[in-house]
Amino acid sequence: MSAELEKLGEKVAAALPGVVKGLKIAYGELTVEVERSRWLDAARVLRDDPELLFVSFTDITAADYPERDLRFDVVLHLLSPKHNQRIRVKTQTDEETPVASLTSLYPGADWFERETYDLFGVLFDGHPDLRRIMTDYGFDGHPLRKDFPMSGYLEVRYDDERKRVVYEPLNLTQEYRKFDFLSPWEGVQYDLPGDEKASK
Amino acid sequence: MNDQSLRNFNLNFGPQHPAAHGVLRLILELDGEVVERCDPHVGFLHRGTEKLMEARTYLQNVPYFDRLDYCSPMNQEHAFCLGIEQLLEVEVPRRGQLIRVLYAEIGRLLSHLLNVTAQAMDVGALTPPLWGYEEREKLMVFYERACGARMHANYFRPGGVARDLPDRLVEDIGAFCDPFLKVLDDLDELFIGNRIFKQRNADIGVISLEDAWKFGFSGVMVRGSGAPWDLRKARPYDCYEEMEFDIPVGKNGDCYDRAVIRMEEMRQSTYIMKQCVEKLLKAENRGPVATVNNKICSPPRAEMKRSMEALIHHFKLYTEGFKVPAGEVYAAVEAPKGEFGVYLVSDGGDKPYRCKIRAPGFAHLQAMDFLCKDHLLADVSAILGSLDIVFGEVDR
Repeated sequence: MSAELEKLGEKVAAALPGVVKGLKIAYGELTVEVERSRWLDAARVLRDDPELLFVSFTDITAADYPERDLRFDVVLHLLSPKHNQRIRVKTQTDEETPVASLTSLYPGADWFERETYDLFGVLFDGHPDLRRIMTDYGFDGHPLRKDFPMSGYLEVRYDDERKRVVYEPLNLTQEYRKFDFLSPWEGVQYDLPGDEKASK
Repeated sequence: MNDQSLRNFNLNFGPQHPAAHGVLRLILELDGEVVERCDPHVGFLHRGTEKLMEARTYLQNVPYFDRLDYCSPMNQEHAFCLGIEQLLEVEVPRRGQLIRVLYAEIGRLLSHLLNVTAQAMDVGALTPPLWGYEEREKLMVFYERACGARMHANYFRPGGVARDLPDRLVEDIGAFCDPFLKVLDDLDELFIGNRIFKQRNADIGVISLEDAWKFGFSGVMVRGSGAPWDLRKARPYDCYEEMEFDIPVGKNGDCYDRAVIRMEEMRQSTYIMKQCVEKLLKAENRGPVATVNNKICSPPRAEMKRSMEALIHHFKLYTEGFKVPAGEVYAAVEAPKGEFGVYLVSDGGDKPYRCKIRAPGFAHLQAMDFLCKDHLLADVSAILGSLDIVFGEVDR
């Protein structure tokens, strides 16, 4: 399996000179990192090269790493039914820099890019209709960003007097409890209560 | 009437419409009775599953997968478990694999039975769903007898399945198979050969194979267009490799072909179930149903009452959960509706850093505009029926 992937990786690197920034094979899967500026070119070659033929669009999504300057990983999964191979293509971006939209190559990318925009706020350049898709009409914010709280900011209820649904600021009677399971034997970074006595 | 007063008619279809298969809102632009444009609005059932998952342990996340495509709950769990196992690099014991394949195929029957008969209802036949539900009820009893729940099973676990099946249950599933093949023949006679069903479905919603790949179609949707592509054969997982079955392939890529393929797939699933039952009853296939590594799978409850070690493992697993090595995987299964994939990113902790759920229905539904163009309004519900969408997984 991994020998096959190495061969595929060499083919991809040969077909995309100067575009591929990194190749990685892990857990039986090939990941290719490409320059953001060459995102569309990379996808076009992957789709049309007769050795590759990644004609089937599988998925586009993102992952958020707020500690980085370029905080988003944009992740594309493609499938080559002819060669029975999968590939993962990644690039990085931030909140403002758009990534080229793949809708011209894969019409199926349309909703997946809309979803990524909706949930992460990643912008796609050349997308015909970059609207929100998952969240409510008139929703504010991008919920899958790590700095967006899981409980959100608003709550919805039906107001019996006004006879309609109203949005109100979220009011939790109890904070969401996040338990810390880090074992004191596995290198915690903070002082446990009473630890200060040990250094005296 | 002068020409100036002629304009296209906009129609709101759903979100509460019996043929919308849940909470779909379609904005249709009609020229007379011909659909010019179709803009599906989704997200009415968006529950933020992916966000919720980032705050829960892997084990707590399994039940969320039942609630995606609620017509075949265990197939979704399967993809998530395979992803975790890939990261943990654990092997599922043979009996566990057989049970998983058996229940994944039961899930396929559940989903196809509902879809094919509901598609008949979408084009005007009221009887088939009643026949389909009767069989679904029997299958749900098998779900219930295995895990205690008719739908939201939480039965597949990372490393295997939650508990072993009693022999009586395996025998009953075996006894279900042959009469079920007869029921399929009856259903065939009831509506697949029916003149009206053919009129409403043949040559409707045609998609070429090239377009199907580009739109991200999978499962029955590409097989209907002529590709013998099935993840169970192409990239076999668990013990599908040793199962004998055929992949039905369509010729025309229309709604009728897809319905016929689903009927044939149910027969093939029944054959796989029979093979599983036969193997499960053999003495050499007894043994553990989940990995014996107690750092991942809890020891049996009975042992917990006697062994201190087991009690500690149980407590740790159900509070902290297990840690998964850092890395990323994409695990996909051939769910009844198409390729159901999970893109899992772990940072080495006990909760997923990012989990993207790739639902087949999402990719299929976005092609509505492409498929419905220049069709009649009445065809919209036939096309929607043949796409096989469930809003639990589209909206997530």
